[in-house]
Formats: sequence, C-alpha cells, structure tokens
Amino acid sequence: MCLAVPAKVISIEEEKALVDVMGARMYAGIIFVPGVKINDYILLHAGQAMTIVDEKFAKESIEEWRILINGTAE
Amino acid sequence: MEQLNDLSDPQLIRKSIEAVLRLANTFKEQNGRVPVLMEVCGSHTMAFAKSGIKKRLKEHVRLIAGPGCPVCVTDQKSIDAMIKLTEGPKRIICTFGDMMRVPGSNFSLMEAKTEGKDIRVVYSPLDSIKIAEENPDQEVIFLGIGFETTIPILALTVHEAQKKELKNYSIWMTTKLVEPVLRVLLSSEDVNIDGFLLPGHVSVVMGKKNYEFLVEGFQMPGVITGFETIELLSGIYKILQLLIDKKVSIINDYKYVVKDEGNPVAQNLIKKYFDFHDEAWRGMSVISKSGLGFKREYAQFDAKRKFKVNVGEPRKTKCRCGEIIRGLITPEECVLFNKSCTPLRPIGPCMVSTEGTCAAYYQYMREV
Ligand code: SF4
Ligand code: SF4
Repeated sequence: MCLAVPAKVISIEEEKALVDVMGARMYAGIIFVPGVKINDYILLHAGQAMTIVDEKFAKESIEEWRILINGTAE
Repeated sequence: MEQLNDLSDPQLIRKSIEAVLRLANTFKEQNGRVPVLMEVCGSHTMAFAKSGIKKRLKEHVRLIAGPGCPVCVTDQKSIDAMIKLTEGPKRIICTFGDMMRVPGSNFSLMEAKTEGKDIRVVYSPLDSIKIAEENPDQEVIFLGIGFETTIPILALTVHEAQKKELKNYSIWMTTKLVEPVLRVLLSSEDVNIDGFLLPGHVSVVMGKKNYEFLVEGFQMPGVITGFETIELLSGIYKILQLLIDKKVSIINDYKYVVKDEGNPVAQNLIKKYFDFHDEAWRGMSVISKSGLGFKREYAQFDAKRKFKVNVGEPRKTKCRCGEIIRGLITPEECVLFNKSCTPLRPIGPCMVSTEGTCAAYYQYMREV
C-alpha cells in the first residue's frame, strides 16, 4: 500500500515535476517538497513526492555502517 | 545514486549478519532469552521475508510483524460497509488496488465489480478527482484507507476537490494512526516486545518526534529503518546495541529519507482538513482517536456523513488476522494458512495485501 519509489527529477512545472522512475518518465506532484530541484532524487507515494533523498546523508550512513561493521572504512 | 548501490554489497551483508548475531548472543547471555523486536510496517515485513533475514535470524532474534498494513488492520465491518456503499444508485467507487480482493462477509469489491458495480482502481486519489469532473451526474467516492503516509495525499485531494468546487465528490475516510495503536499494544498484557523497528515511510511525514512517547511512556527503544537488506540489519543492530547498553531512545537510521521533523507541508495540510476520530481496528475493536476524519466544516466531502450505510455484525470466520496484526501468532499458527487460505483464494486481508504478513510468509517463509 505504502510502496514508495525513488525517482529523479528531470524538469519542474509549478506543482508537478517530470520524473524518471527506472527509465520510465512520468509526472509527479511536488507540493510536499517545496525545495525540490532538477536532478534531485525524490520518493514517490501514490504519485506524490513525499521527501527529497539527501545524498550527503545517504553516503554518510553507508560509511558509518561500514566502519561499525569492519572497524575501518574500506 | 551510486552510493545506494553499496546497500546490496553481498560482503557487507554477510558481515552485517555476523555483527547482528554477535549482539543477539550478548543479549541472550544477559537476559536468558532471545530479543523480541516488532517491525511495525508492512513493507518492512515483506522486505524482511524477501531478503531472507527473517529466516536467517529465526533462532536468534524474534521478529514479529505489527499492525502496519492499512489493508490488514481494516475492520471486517468497515469492509462490509465499503462494499455496501457500492450498492447505491449513480455511484462510482474509486479505490487503491489492494482493497479489491479483500473479502467482506459475503463478497469482495472485485466480486461486486463483476456483478456490474462501477468500481475503479486508481493509482492516486487525485485520479478520482478527474473521474468526478468527467461524471458530473454520478457520485464519486474514494475509499480513503491509509496511515500517515497516505493521509497527506487524501488532504491534498480534498484541497483539489474544494478548489474545483466539486459537488459530487467525497472520501470514505478509514485512516489509521501509528501512535494510538502502539500505545494500545504496549498496554496490553499479552504483547511482549523489547523494541521497535519503526516505519520508514510514516516517518517521512511525521518525523522522529512522533515516537518520543515510546521513550517517555513505555521506556521502549526504537529505530527508524529503511527497506534495503543492509538497512534492515543496521536497524536490528542498533536496537540490540541500545538494549544491551540499557539505553532507551529513538534513533533515526534512515536520515537520508526521513528528516527528524518530518514533512511540515504535509503535516499542515493534514491539520487543515482533518481531526481525530475513533477507528475500529481488526481484532482490536474501537481505539479512541486512532484515525483522522473530516472536520465539520468539510462535511460536504465526507462520504460517511453524506451516505448512510448500515451493516450488521460481520460473519465470523476462522481467520486470525486480528491476532496476526498484534503479533500474537505467526501465520503458520492459523489453521487456514496455505490450506483454504492462499493469495489466490484469500480468506483474510493479511493474505491479500502486498504488505500482509500472511502473504509474506506464503511467498518467502513456507517450509517445503
Ligand atoms: S509505511 Fe506505514 S502504512 Fe505503509 S506499510 Fe509501512 S507502516 Fe504500513
Ligand atoms: S492465513 Fe488467511 S485466514 Fe489465516 S490469518 Fe492469515 S489471512 Fe487470515
């Protein structure tokens, strides 16, 4: 029910954006993510972008996890 | 997003499992039993089953599925009412696909459709607005089920209906909130949980503060978790670490998606249109203020006020979904599981829904 799919923003028009979902292009509502920019990754739920995926945090969390598990960053 | 590819690195996954097992052993030495964690979210249940983690950790960490699938927690009487709703004249009922095959006491929406009722599956509730515009002489009703993830989109839909001054559009609200049901679960004697893996998508909307009550009211730790194998393992690891250190807090382990404060635009839109309503949960009866419904000023969009639907007490079946969503039993303990109840001929919603616990066990956990 709550499946969220990641999408990349191609272009922005007022309350919607053209996005790429694994190669397929579609429109998504962006009213909930006011700061969204072209090339951002967003998570879609029922056709609406609900959050912007933060690349910096994504990188950090995987690094943090590697260190925790390995004792070192590889 | 290159770095997200790292999430499926098999070597990292193997090491992560070893790390989790190490902590699980420490917990067992400390407490003389295995830790019990509840994953609240149905998508987590599916992801755990699919990744093989549930099976791999079986003897070391008890993972129990919680009330986190909106289809599964919908009370039998509400389902009967939704099906009854289709019977009125000049009606188009719109719904998410998952609801179509959920059996009511007598039949499902799918069967009602076969009998000629106008029932349409939409991808987004906003699609039902278009249908209302195109069919001005029909009443268009959206079956608004969902948790905090979906509720902002329902609010947005009302906002659109209002802007377009639609007179023939309404939503049948049967939404559910995570906090009230967790409170009830934690207060009941038959549920024993050491910690929670908290739903990633609900948290996108509500943020980390939504779970502070777990710490304050119940001394219960929780970790907000993503859906990749590594993220699931990381979530379990972090919660076990908290338990071993005897620390009680909420960790946001899904920071690149979930902001601590949630999504304020979504929260404000919800507040504009909806307020708390009592909701009936499958197997748990009515929980006070456990869902959201229309504020009085938006009564014209409230299908429950607009259309009077009376249904009797639902027919009793042997289906044990009510116990499944409270984490009291596993699907194998239901006598119907994999016998008269399968995804092709489901008896309860837990076997229908794409996030249902019984469906997850059927697909990935059956012993052959
Ligand atoms: S995101 Fe929420 S409603 Fe969706 S499956 Fe998870 S807990 Fe359930
Ligand atoms: S196996 Fe079927 S009948 Fe049994 S609890 Fe699950 S959905 Fe209900």
